[in-house]
Amino acid sequence: MSTGKIIKVAGPLVVAEGVPNARMADVINVGAKGLIGEIIELKGDFASIQVYEETAGIGVGDPVVSTGRSLSVELGPGLLASIYDGIQRPLNELLKASGNFIERGISVNALDRKKKWDFVPKAKVGDKVATGDILGTVQETSLVEHRIMVPTGIKGTVEEIKKGSFTVTQPIAKISGKEIPMLQRWPVRKPRPFATKLPVTEPLVTGQRIIDTLFTIAKGGAACIPGPFGSGKTVVQHQLAKWADADVIIFIGCGERGNEMTDVLIEFPELKDPKTNKSLMERTVLIANTSNMPIAAREASIYTGSAIAEYYRDMGYNVSLSADSTSRWAEALREMSGRLEEMPGEEGYPAYLGTRLAGFYERAGYGVCLGSDQRKGSFTIIGSVSPPGGDLSEPVVQNTLRIAKVFWGLDYALAHKRHFPAINWLLSYSLYLNNLEDYFKNSVADDWSKLRNEAMRLLSEEAELEEIVRLVGLDALSGREQLIMFVTKSIREDFLYQSAFDPVDQYSTLKKQASLLRVIITLYKESLKALEAGVELEKLKELKVISQISRARLIPEEKAQEELAAIEEALKEEINILKGAV
Amino acid sequence: MIREYQTVTGIAGPLIIADQIEGAKFDEVVDIELPGGEIRTGKILEVEGDKAMIQVFEGTVGLDIKSTKIRLKGRGLEINVSPDMLGRVFSGLGKPIDGAPQIIPIKKLDINGAPINPAARDYPNDFIQTGISSIDGLNTLSRGQKLPIFSGSGLPHSRIAAQIARQAMVLRGEEKFAVVFGAMGITFEEAEFFMANFKQTGAIENAVLYVNLANDPAIERIATPRVALTAAEYIAFELGMHVLVILTDMTNYCESLREVSAARKEVPGRRGYPGYLYTDLATIYERAGRLKDKNGSITMIPILTMPDDDKTHPIPDLTGYITEGQIILDRGLDRKKIYPPIDPLPSLSRLRDKAIGEGKTREDQPHVANQIFAAYARGREVRELLVVLGESSLSDVDRQYLKFAEQFENQFLSQGENENRTIYDTLDLAWELLMILPREELKRIKDDMYEKYAVVSQSNHAKKS
Repeated sequence: MSTGKIIKVAGPLVVAEGVPNARMADVINVGAKGLIGEIIELKGDFASIQVYEETAGIGVGDPVVSTGRSLSVELGPGLLASIYDGIQRPLNELLKASGNFIERGISVNALDRKKKWDFVPKAKVGDKVATGDILGTVQETSLVEHRIMVPTGIKGTVEEIKKGSFTVTQPIAKISGKEIPMLQRWPVRKPRPFATKLPVTEPLVTGQRIIDTLFTIAKGGAACIPGPFGSGKTVVQHQLAKWADADVIIFIGCGERGNEMTDVLIEFPELKDPKTNKSLMERTVLIANTSNMPIAAREASIYTGSAIAEYYRDMGYNVSLSADSTSRWAEALREMSGRLEEMPGEEGYPAYLGTRLAGFYERAGYGVCLGSDQRKGSFTIIGSVSPPGGDLSEPVVQNTLRIAKVFWGLDYALAHKRHFPAINWLLSYSLYLNNLEDYFKNSVADDWSKLRNEAMRLLSEEAELEEIVRLVGLDALSGREQLIMFVTKSIREDFLYQSAFDPVDQYSTLKKQASLLRVIITLYKESLKALEAGVELEKLKELKVISQISRARLIPEEKAQEELAAIEEALKEEINILKGAV
Repeated sequence: MIREYQTVTGIAGPLIIADQIEGAKFDEVVDIELPGGEIRTGKILEVEGDKAMIQVFEGTVGLDIKSTKIRLKGRGLEINVSPDMLGRVFSGLGKPIDGAPQIIPIKKLDINGAPINPAARDYPNDFIQTGISSIDGLNTLSRGQKLPIFSGSGLPHSRIAAQIARQAMVLRGEEKFAVVFGAMGITFEEAEFFMANFKQTGAIENAVLYVNLANDPAIERIATPRVALTAAEYIAFELGMHVLVILTDMTNYCESLREVSAARKEVPGRRGYPGYLYTDLATIYERAGRLKDKNGSITMIPILTMPDDDKTHPIPDLTGYITEGQIILDRGLDRKKIYPPIDPLPSLSRLRDKAIGEGKTREDQPHVANQIFAAYARGREVRELLVVLGESSLSDVDRQYLKFAEQFENQFLSQGENENRTIYDTLDLAWELLMILPREELKRIKDDMYEKYAVVSQSNHAKKS
């Protein structure tokens, strides 16, 4: 086979001459070790290649061979509970092949070729099938049933379908003369299509009070969490990956800390899904490209994750993808762009940063999947952004905000006071609230949006009042205003504050959230009436029930409704006694 | 076969360009021979056709175009390692400078190392007692963690680092400890302070020092942290010791990196630092950690001085995004003569919650620490309010917070340079200080904890006052 020759090496960028059949985005083997790379630019006979492994020791004249395939993921049973690097090499296999440190030029299959899966056919001989139709199922983990679909571009009559144990490469069916194995490939940079994309209608319940109640994310939506370091981005991402009510979770550690990935690796298998009591790892795929691993693979990791997510979405599942952090991904783009000597845009980022970000977030969505059964699936993206110096005006944050519909702005001042999650309620927003209003009304509580709006109104009023207090002191406020300050303190400390480490507090159901907020809003309304009836504010602040409210978030879920209702009653009663005494 | 070339065509800043070179590899080491016979070390940064761009670690002063000779070594930059390294002092490139002979290598290791497979890592959740209350109690250090000290010029970061190196221990059992010290562009006095300190306490026997002083070649600093960490990896993962790596001062390292980047005419990122500064720093910091199947560990304390005390400057900013927290020194506390002047509020240890509490330190620590943070933050707010509005505007509770903040700074934060407090001393002290505040204010503390610990402290408190 003829090969190309390297003429330039600069960090992760290699330029080669005379690569036979070079096509844009084809995967290339570089040098004698066969490092994995991808063509990112073609000019005459020259191909620029970004290499996914460290290029030390590569020199001019070394051989380059094209594989003739674009960068693809392997899809099939065995993805769940795996941990991959940015180009879908299983880290556990790399560990066996090269020990504790990742050596170069190792190629391992993403899916185990030896493992056998029990395939249960759903289609029958003689059925007419097309792309996306379900041929059969495999119980991939105890939580997820893997649906084997007709691969893209295949259409026809089922001539043969098997039942029993097969490896991913053995054929399980024959459609119009073509043998179909469980294993499929998909080019990572190409979104897998929906049959029809639909507007979102359901929230992704996360159990995090500030997120579910104030700034809801929809199933199929896109959210962004920007914040300076130390403001708790990663803890929020971990909480969402643990508790979000998605069927499948893809967690991408993109250019982040090695120890954080280890934390996920150690913790997830032990965590139990609150609904099924099974290990959370059984619904999770981890992609770890830590900050010290090659940056070109970091650029690819986001796409690898998206392709896997879309594959499960196509089976009709709700999939949630967390990417921590998209800034590191953008930096990888910037570095490659610099090496290609492209004209830089803002802050050295390439001019196409916005388009690439949009392309990624737009892969999220809810809709009807391909296949004749009209099943629906969703793909939610939650991307964190790490702006330099916490400055939200920088290009990655700004370009992300143009696309993502939910914004959870993390605030250093709140983190400073150890108020977690440190999501700033004045900055953040969710544009899905209108879409989701019906859901909350029908499934959670009639007064949901009233409670939410009242809480938001009080919080924004508090911000204004704080300005006044800072200038002239608390005494300058009227009784009603002082009451607002008192109640918002309760909203902040007893509702929005949520400990990620307390076994009870770390997850609140929507019903508990609604009842807890209702108690606090009732406290406000009843106190206001009492105040107007002439009760002194100091007496209202000393209500016995206040200390109960401050511990209410720690009431276990099964007793929550009952106890919160009791607190609400006690509250009304106590205030009535005060009113009676006036 | 070693090939020799005499084909230098250009010299600019720390870089030389050579022509007609065959078979040069990216990242390969070259020897550069000066007319007088002196040999310097260089590294290939880029190859294109028959041209090679070489970075010279010892600087290009004295090089000429005509007679400078270049020899390709056919390998990356390596250092010799052996257990005899302990107790020795080396240059920033790993050559002995303590007068003793070269060590006899057991192995030669490439200084770039290879990334640790995330699946091979073990989580750092073993509490390290440093004996400093504000670190142990509030921003705990774990074995295998990377926790930088963000300092400013003139602040006592060296004394704190030396104190940690002296006092660090784990709560259970005797373990073998070693210190690897990498100095980049620090002054002779600072380096001498560390050496004297290590000698005085006998720590030098289990220490390896790599020293690049302020007047040593600046480009050598790019190699120093990698050399130090390669030695640390050998000591930790092959000799099975627990290694504490102190790197000071990372700001000088980044400046050298910027110098090379500017000489290469790369598109600059923020403040002229190269766009790949994050990735470059990560390849240093991420070498800290523990492995599942090895006994040893690497705990890293990089020190950096924030230019103009600005935390948003690219160096502290990018460092903070990679490391697991930061210890921030505060000029205001230093002015009040509080040693160590660690400001606990912006400081953070991300691994704290997994390293403390029941079975690790003491069950009450997570609650106490959170309560101390909240109370001290409130105390500082009251202090600001006092300046604006005057004392008359403060409520009784405000005054109690004010008192708490004062005593917290003077008793808890402040301690002697040789004072080694156990974690239990630290926690008892915290309870004693919390007793200044009324029970209703201690919202982060559950009743059972309060019953168990506060009552004891109250009686202690009463005795003292």
